[in-house]
Amino acid sequence: MQSLGSTRRSFAPWADPDAKPYIRFENVTKRFGDFIAVDDLSLTIYEREFFALLGASGCGKTTLLRMLAGFEHPTSGRVLLDGQDLRGVPPYRRPVNMMFQSYALFPHMDVASNIAFGLKQDGMQKGEIAERVAQMLKLVQLEPFAKRRPHQLSGGQRQRVALARSLAKRPKVLLLDEPLGALDKKLREETQFELMDLQHELGLTFIVVTHDQEEAMTMADRIAVMEKGRVMQVATPAEIYEAPASRFVAGFVGSINMFEGVLVKADGGAAEIRDRSGAPLLVGEAPAAAPGGTVWLAVRPEKMRVTRERPPEAANVLEGEIWDIAYLGDMTVYNVKLDDGRIIKASMMNSQRRLEDALTWHDRAWISFPADAGVLLTS
Amino acid sequence: MGGTWGRFNIAAIVLGFAFLYLPILLLVVYSFNESRLVTVWAGFSTRWYASLLSNDGLMDAAWVTARVAFISATVATVLGTMAAVALTRYTRFRGRLLFSGLIFAPLVMPEVITGLSLLLLFVAVGLDRGFVTVTLAHITFSMCFVAVVVQSRLVSFDRSLEEAAMDLGATPLRAFFQVTLPIIMPAVISGWMLAFTLSLDDLVIASFTSGPGATTLPMKIYSQVRLGVTPEINAVSTILIGIVALGVIAASIVNKRRDVLRRREENLARERGEG
Amino acid sequence: MGRLFSALGSRLVIAVPYLWLFVFFLVPFFIVLKISLSQTAVAIPPYLPVFGLDEGFAGLVRNLRELSFENYLWLLGDPLYLNAYLSSLWIAAVSTILTLLIGYPIAHGMARAPLALRPVLLMLVILPFWTSFLIRVYAWIGILKPEGLLNQLLLFLGVIDQPLVIINTTTAIYIGIVYSYLPFMVLPLYATLEKMDYTLIEAAQDLGCTPIAAFWKITLPLSLPGVVAGSMLVFIPAVGEFVIPDLLGGSGTLMIGKTLWSEFFSNRDWPVSSAVAVILLLILVAPIVYFQRAQARARERA
Repeated sequence: MQSLGSTRRSFAPWADPDAKPYIRFENVTKRFGDFIAVDDLSLTIYEREFFALLGASGCGKTTLLRMLAGFEHPTSGRVLLDGQDLRGVPPYRRPVNMMFQSYALFPHMDVASNIAFGLKQDGMQKGEIAERVAQMLKLVQLEPFAKRRPHQLSGGQRQRVALARSLAKRPKVLLLDEPLGALDKKLREETQFELMDLQHELGLTFIVVTHDQEEAMTMADRIAVMEKGRVMQVATPAEIYEAPASRFVAGFVGSINMFEGVLVKADGGAAEIRDRSGAPLLVGEAPAAAPGGTVWLAVRPEKMRVTRERPPEAANVLEGEIWDIAYLGDMTVYNVKLDDGRIIKASMMNSQRRLEDALTWHDRAWISFPADAGVLLTS
Repeated sequence: MGGTWGRFNIAAIVLGFAFLYLPILLLVVYSFNESRLVTVWAGFSTRWYASLLSNDGLMDAAWVTARVAFISATVATVLGTMAAVALTRYTRFRGRLLFSGLIFAPLVMPEVITGLSLLLLFVAVGLDRGFVTVTLAHITFSMCFVAVVVQSRLVSFDRSLEEAAMDLGATPLRAFFQVTLPIIMPAVISGWMLAFTLSLDDLVIASFTSGPGATTLPMKIYSQVRLGVTPEINAVSTILIGIVALGVIAASIVNKRRDVLRRREENLARERGEG
Repeated sequence: MGRLFSALGSRLVIAVPYLWLFVFFLVPFFIVLKISLSQTAVAIPPYLPVFGLDEGFAGLVRNLRELSFENYLWLLGDPLYLNAYLSSLWIAAVSTILTLLIGYPIAHGMARAPLALRPVLLMLVILPFWTSFLIRVYAWIGILKPEGLLNQLLLFLGVIDQPLVIINTTTAIYIGIVYSYLPFMVLPLYATLEKMDYTLIEAAQDLGCTPIAAFWKITLPLSLPGVVAGSMLVFIPAVGEFVIPDLLGGSGTLMIGKTLWSEFFSNRDWPVSSAVAVILLLILVAPIVYFQRAQARARERA
């Protein structure tokens, strides 16, 4: 993980204006009857990128993937792969392979035959097929299971067969539709890292569809957050989390506290807003909005501190009552009820070992955060 | 998402249904033919329906058939439901293999064999052939169809419902009648309807097991058909087809409406729950 | 007390239908077997010997001695019967294949139809099954006759100059069986095809299969249980079919169901018709057992 991270840091073709786009969705719209699944969407994905489409069910992310695989056709707009318009190219002639959410393993064939299936369609030599199948089995560590039927495998093993099958043809792009959705939490976390290693090792472009933000954050180079057929933001995991472009993205990824207010002052690198209760909040960034407009200050719970005494030098302080405490081991989450009824969520790392917390239910407490803790949103 | 419904699939369905329905449609159309010649259209007429009413033999046979069908369907439904329960609930008892064989074999057994063997049984025990023997014969083969229909519903029945009833103090018998039976009722009813129409349709087994005075409608139709195609037979057939079609369509509409109502109520409940 | 009653209840649930089928389905077969071994007689009932316990054990032994295999020897010696069996098997096999070839595309089309349309299509397939078998066969007489509707149409279109002779031929029997048994083929096929996960086809295409190749490699092998069930449901009853060969096949065509019928009703030869039935049953035992095993396996899987 460490070594991967360090090689990845230099990988950022999206920041390079000369980089050649690999996959492009150009103003793609897809309707099913009255329902608009994908709404005038444009998106660029680069070669060797690990790209995640993140969104709730029905947001159009799977439709997008299926259009790339060739199972759905855009109502309007174009899909390009390596400069080639994919219109009219049937699924079986596209250099992309898909790993299905249900895995779609052929129940009447054993593991080896499943993996060999795509190679046979290409008319590959028998010896070559055997060699490639053995190689794939090794890659996913399923050598002893070559002769098993899918129903004789565990969920994790099936997932690996599906992966091996879709990788066997060495596609230019691998599409993964909720690849880990059917696995339990522990297995899912392990597999996430395996998928990342694999992608890096093979040098392929991966596009993964997921509704699990943690999964997207862990694996992807960039994430497209989708909602109602549109892309709300495309950015690296850190940018999505630390600098969400809208209230929707901020709320969708991680938990967040949202302060609605009116912008009263904006100059240089700082701004001041007045929130609903009339309290001033200081922000260390210049907003895009003009003074007088409605803005939202979004602050992550871990950027806040909860103390019994009012901290003397904090930019922003709010007073309230401890409403709920959730002890999670590595940290503790406090729900603090402000006097106007709003509930603020703040989390504190448990960096010191202690069994009895100083703060308990119904204590009066202060919440504080620095001016650069939050992000100012205008939409 | 059913994939794409290609042109080939649509053509297969259209041609297939044309094949299934065209002969029946022609039969119905020609029952309104003025001419005695069934295949030459000579104008619209209902005279063959009128002549039916004065055909006493046919009317008698229809009455016999209706009674046989009603009684045999009712008894077959009781027996078939019991058999279905026995098959799904008691997975191991002595002779279960033979039992399931006895249920499934009549479904495919050529009717000439069933008919002949039942007749020989009735003769051996000295039972006079007639209304009773036809009814017994019809009960025997149609109960197996009922058993299969009810069994397919029971297999998907959530047994914890019955266990919950017993947990709340119901005896197994009460649990069956107050919980299980109401839930599987649609299957039991369609089993009854199936048994009824099977009895209504049967020619071969009835020919073997029936005797003088208990001629059923199919037997009557068969003896007339052997003499040649007549518009009167078309008219009888049309009435029979009409009755069955009405019954099936009515049943499916009732089912559909219940479904729709239920879905609407579920949606309403969900909205209320969220609001 | 309640426990005792429920134990009794569960016994009854098994015993009543079991006993009924035992008496009215299984026992009659043994009677058929017995009578097939007796001799024809001009009597009521028209066979000898008649088993009876009124003569005691000695009488039973005498009866047993009088059993004869004469009827079977007679059946085997007369090529008429052998031909009837063979042609029944042949006609049933050909009709089963024809029904499969016609039924498969229909079932496939239904399984790929829009979800909302499927229950309607399903009902439309079942509906003819509810209407009288006899009437549906009868409907074809008017169509296939020399002066029937099919010939009228073809003559009108100028496809033929002379009416085709279809009625009273084996072709007419094929048409009758395919038509009457089509729902039995379509329903199990539809059940397996509808259950099939469509993403398997997508996966095959994704891996390079054309739609036609995907059909041969994925859809067809996975629908084999439906093919087997449908074929058995058509083949087994078709072998012993009576109404269709009688009404559409005329006197020139030979099928064992018709032979049995005429032995019984026209010749009043009960022992011979019983022997015919026994041999027919022996022929059908293998497919019936096979069918039941396949059904049991399918139920276990579900």
